[in-house]
Amino acid sequence: MSDPNLESPQAAKARGGRNIAIAIALAAFVILVFVISIAKMSAHVAAPH
Amino acid sequence: MTEPAPAIALPAPAVARWQDYVRLLKPRVMSLVVFTAFTGLMCARTPMDPVLGAVAVLCIALGAGGSAALNMAYDADIDLLMRRTRGRPVPAGAVQAADALALGITLSLFSVGIMGLAINWLAAGLLGFTIVFYAVVYTMWLKRRTPQNIVLGGLAGALPPVVGWAAASGAAPFNAWLLVAIIFLWTPPHFWALSLYTSADYANAGVPMMPVVKGPASTRRQILAYSVVLALAALAPTFTGLGGATYFGVAALGGLVFVALAVRLARSGAGDAAPEHDGLYDVKAAARPARDLFAFSILYLFGLFGALLAERFAALAGIST
Repeated sequence: MSDPNLESPQAAKARGGRNIAIAIALAAFVILVFVISIAKMSAHVAAPH
Repeated sequence: MTEPAPAIALPAPAVARWQDYVRLLKPRVMSLVVFTAFTGLMCARTPMDPVLGAVAVLCIALGAGGSAALNMAYDADIDLLMRRTRGRPVPAGAVQAADALALGITLSLFSVGIMGLAINWLAAGLLGFTIVFYAVVYTMWLKRRTPQNIVLGGLAGALPPVVGWAAASGAAPFNAWLLVAIIFLWTPPHFWALSLYTSADYANAGVPMMPVVKGPASTRRQILAYSVVLALAALAPTFTGLGGATYFGVAALGGLVFVALAVRLARSGAGDAAPEHDGLYDVKAAARPARDLFAFSILYLFGLFGALLAERFAALAGIST
């Protein structure tokens, strides 16, 4: 008798895809904050006053 | 006494793929928002760090996506009743409405927060206002209550140029609001032309679109009136220093064609006959003037903003237009 809680292959594949998408989104957020920080600091270095 | 509308059961949950979450953001609408916002940003004629400019456009795109997800979360019941929208992720059962709501709120807060911290708080405030106006004022209040839904709600779709302009310059001058006015006036003829040949769907869902409430003849007359005002308003940037000769040519020629198509539509019987087509966009011969105006309206708006953008790039390259 099959376990009703067992994830189907299709659901497992979809979950894997969602996990990768979340990982990419988190990495993109880190890069975005880094890039914004560099751009804002560069502007102040170029024109300190 | 009127009976309350019966609750509509959404389909059983299916397996959500990451692509379904992307579809919640209405990528095609987002691309038009990005295009008009970028035009506003460039027309501000204020030097801007290209990285921060890209961040501003990203924030506007994510804000548009967030508001689209909020719209889909709220409208799942009526989306299920219309052929154009029943394949959307929530009515199709791929994504739960609560998940769409969570995604919409997250993206909205994220886009406004980053815009404020990285760019300026005027642009962030305008972006936040746009999102709230679309998700709350249009989606929750206007859409199901009044045939003026897309007239007033069109403000949300019209605001991206002023958000882009504010992101670049920290100000929202008259010329920025002129771009807003053009999209605002463009929205009614664009959506009413579409609704003339999809009115059965709107009637079925209980959405009081103009052809459903006032009838097709009144809708066709109003389309013509808005088209004339739009064609004239679109010439205004030439006289305020925003557009050059190229823009004027596109606005004048495009405006003439727009009004001619609206006159043809006003004289036609588009929307009069009950739709009997099988496919959503299989338009009967009588409704072709509506379909033609709808299609041209997209080209027209793209042409106006494309001309402004081309003139700006030409100016940056030192080419006289």
